[in-house]
Amino acid sequence: MSQQAVNGVPCRGKVLTVDNMNPNVKRVEYAVRGPIVQRAVQIEKELREGVKKPFTEVIKANIGDAHAMGQKPITFLRQVLALCSYPELLEDNKFPEDAKKRAQRILGACGGHSIGAYSASQGIECVRQDVARYIEKRDGGIPSNPDNIYLSTGASDAIVTMLKLLVCGEGRDRTGVMISIPQYPLYSAALADLGAVQISYYLDEEKCWSLDVAELRRALNAARQHCNPRVLCIINPGNPTGQVQSRQCIEDVIRFAKEEHLFLMADEVYQDNVYAEGCKFHSFKKVLFEMGPEYSSTVEMASFHSTSKCYMGECGFRGGYMEVINMDPEVKTQLTKLVSVRLCPPVPGQALLDLVVNPPQPDEPSYITFMKERTAVLSALAEKARLTEQTFNAVPGITCNPVQGAMYTFPRITLPEKAIDKAKEEGKVPDMYYCMRLLEEEGICLVPGSGFGQREGTFHFRMTILPPTEKLKVVLQKIRDFHVRFTQEFS
Amino acid sequence: MNHGTALLWKRRALSSLSATRRGLPKEKMTENGMMSRAKVLTIDTINPTVKKVEYAVRGPIVQRAVELERELSQGMKKPFAEVIKANIGDAHAMGQQPITFFRQVLALCSYPELLSDNTFPEDAKSRACRILQSCGGHSMGAYSASQGIDSVREDVARYIERRDGGVPCDPDDIYLTTGASDGIVTMLKLLVCGEGASRTGVMISIPQYPLYSAALAELGAVQINYYLNEEKCWSLDIPELQRALDEARQYCNPRALCIINPGNPTGQVQSRKCIEDVIQFAAKERLFLMADEVYQDNVYADGCQFHSFKKVLFEMGPEYSDTVELASFHSTSKCYMGECGFRGGYMELINMDDEVKAQLTKLVSVRLCPPVPGQALMDLVVNPPQPGEPSYDNFIKERTATLSALAEKAKLTEQVLNTVQGISCNPVQGAMYSFPRITIPEKAVKEATEKGQQPDMFYCMKMLEETGICLVPGSGFGQKDGTYHFRMTILPPSDKLKILLDKVKEFHQKFTQQYS
Repeated sequence: MSQQAVNGVPCRGKVLTVDNMNPNVKRVEYAVRGPIVQRAVQIEKELREGVKKPFTEVIKANIGDAHAMGQKPITFLRQVLALCSYPELLEDNKFPEDAKKRAQRILGACGGHSIGAYSASQGIECVRQDVARYIEKRDGGIPSNPDNIYLSTGASDAIVTMLKLLVCGEGRDRTGVMISIPQYPLYSAALADLGAVQISYYLDEEKCWSLDVAELRRALNAARQHCNPRVLCIINPGNPTGQVQSRQCIEDVIRFAKEEHLFLMADEVYQDNVYAEGCKFHSFKKVLFEMGPEYSSTVEMASFHSTSKCYMGECGFRGGYMEVINMDPEVKTQLTKLVSVRLCPPVPGQALLDLVVNPPQPDEPSYITFMKERTAVLSALAEKARLTEQTFNAVPGITCNPVQGAMYTFPRITLPEKAIDKAKEEGKVPDMYYCMRLLEEEGICLVPGSGFGQREGTFHFRMTILPPTEKLKVVLQKIRDFHVRFTQEFS
Repeated sequence: MNHGTALLWKRRALSSLSATRRGLPKEKMTENGMMSRAKVLTIDTINPTVKKVEYAVRGPIVQRAVELERELSQGMKKPFAEVIKANIGDAHAMGQQPITFFRQVLALCSYPELLSDNTFPEDAKSRACRILQSCGGHSMGAYSASQGIDSVREDVARYIERRDGGVPCDPDDIYLTTGASDGIVTMLKLLVCGEGASRTGVMISIPQYPLYSAALAELGAVQINYYLNEEKCWSLDIPELQRALDEARQYCNPRALCIINPGNPTGQVQSRKCIEDVIQFAAKERLFLMADEVYQDNVYADGCQFHSFKKVLFEMGPEYSDTVELASFHSTSKCYMGECGFRGGYMELINMDDEVKAQLTKLVSVRLCPPVPGQALMDLVVNPPQPGEPSYDNFIKERTATLSALAEKAKLTEQVLNTVQGISCNPVQGAMYSFPRITIPEKAVKEATEKGQQPDMFYCMKMLEETGICLVPGSGFGQKDGTYHFRMTILPPSDKLKILLDKVKEFHQKFTQQYS
């Protein structure tokens, strides 16, 4: 309908406005790149223009972007990618034989032997085969069918696709999806976008962010009154919390999912990022199968992995996959059809994933360097995880759970009443106010805990442990000093 | 007690039951005494809009083609030695070579140690350095800004300005995307809302590229079909737009008009006048214009020229250029590059409301960023070797070779298909497909219907089984009732294309005979 005239003058507002756009999109928030990051980018611009600040650079400790923080790519991976991009290099002696072989295998599997061709929508077949073999090796021989592997544009893509399949119904039958508090806000954003019901279950901060089945049950029962809970999402190792769930816990979650008839989504993108003594990554698939056929042939599950984290940190390539277990064949057909509309995931990312799951072996020329680089990255992260926990726990008003895995710390901060009042005056959530102040005064960009979810009345921030050790020390020191100052100011 | 009250009582009673006893599928005892239960996620409990989605370009006929390829590789005997996938606009898969310069820069970006390698030309190195400087930690492995790398967006803006004879372009209006499809779906997502008779309606051509129908089905939007005029070389006709719109206003809220130029599947290159008319129509009827221009370099026919919607809009003066809301889309997948696998693309937004733009920026941030290799590639496409640079001659040579081969094949395709009785093929003015109309004998239509198949699917399936040639039936794109078509790419190398066309001709004659 055309706009009504007012006083004889036609109202010619825009066709697309905030009032007539998709309302779900308005509900979407993604704190990891939200307002605080926008302010950080602005400050960076001001610094470049010569504006004087109390600091000379902005440190973006808001996002799990390893390379941006100076982590080096794995040589072997980049050599193969270069060979795939420009196969003339296959004649070049500088490249080791194992890199050339991998490149040729990948190119052989591409249309016209080019990474510029579309791949099959489910992903290049031989890559899916390599992924399946990787999973089998990782899980002590439990079979993985390449046909259950879907390559994706980062793990985010596959997570959103699965949620899209799962979400339906109206009113009280609307699909409910269980996700941890705190959570990685892709989940809350996707649920808002899809108009699904988010069912929050609290991780236990007192017990190192562990998951408690009694709490799962509480959340589920409460949710059953207003929606149709169908899915349980779990991030292990955790983001933002870094906890690495015990094997017992994973079993309990699987048992719970079966009892309550929930589709399990296991986000395992940090599976190589495990640091703490006594902690170990247990894949949901492995535990599921070790629980016997009563579970392994019934529980429907999707697990997700990515090339963005672990020791590779290749965020920009947008590589990832999901493995679907016990998915109904008709649903699988629908899934395959759905992903075909977007043609295929980026082929360089698929190639990269192939190398991640099929790295240099002990008898190959690149093995030693590969292991050296991989070990250096992972041990640096473990070091920084420890350093971070120690430093923060020495600050009065900051308590930090051990960073057992992943790449973040999520410490709890005590905010003085007066600061909370000031925040409210400025129309800000208290931990956002805190983080904004830290950004303006020290040039350090973190993400307030409110962006991830937290228990009422508690405040946190998420900081990455990615800056190089020397820089991280400085960052930790500055945060410590800021916190003391801030507390003083509002005492 | 009435039915409603009974339901209400039942609901209240159930809500107090323990979770396991309420609403969960019953355990069933199977024949061998095992307990089984329906799955959580079944065809009946899946998101219903997903079920409505179809994408013919990779649909059932392609699945059969893949199966046949497998059978061939296992040694099964067929009436053909290979399956020819002329269903999808994938140039490299059909043997087209990548542009050397692009791949050199991408290799340098992937493995910067190569910057000290003498085999790479200086201009490739300087492009690579520029791209790497703009990446976090000087690595393509870092996330970029969600809207895309700044310097790439600047280069895109400059490209657009050059292309459009100086009409200004603000880099802030550029969003890099994961292929054009990503940008298109994102825009549709923003636009679609409302319930019932207020549900957003989106106008799209018939025939259309089925990303549009798929996205509209998934979003639960109303698809408003406007028919292109086959008699007039698939041109667009304003009275037809008006007809479609007026009718649609009865049951939905039309808000967007999508146009693909050069066209897919039809290949028509709209005249400048037509583009003006469409812009005027959109302005008058208050429609958000979406201009899919991914084939902008693929123009072959004499007298045809690509006119960007943006350029025409601005040449129509501020009454239009200040008001009409427009999104135009481009990609690295087509033109002379054919780099489909990289998933590079961008959209330019004109006259978008600032608050909506903020929402858009927020929305794209959730997926972090488009693939950085694709962004790098886009940078090279919009910032190719210049005269005087070492790679220029070779670049132009490769680019020209690809585009003239395509023009050649476009002509050949039209010619050959028009010699077949029962096939009539409009000139392939642009893009990379032919969409000829085929006459299917009554008997064949009948047999197809009996089999529950669209007649042109029946035709194409037979062609696949008998010749190994995989095309996409016209029903996958939309066509006037009672007419049949197929879409075939013009991408195979010329000599293979000749053979292909002859086989299609032969098949059609045989088929017509068989069902006469």
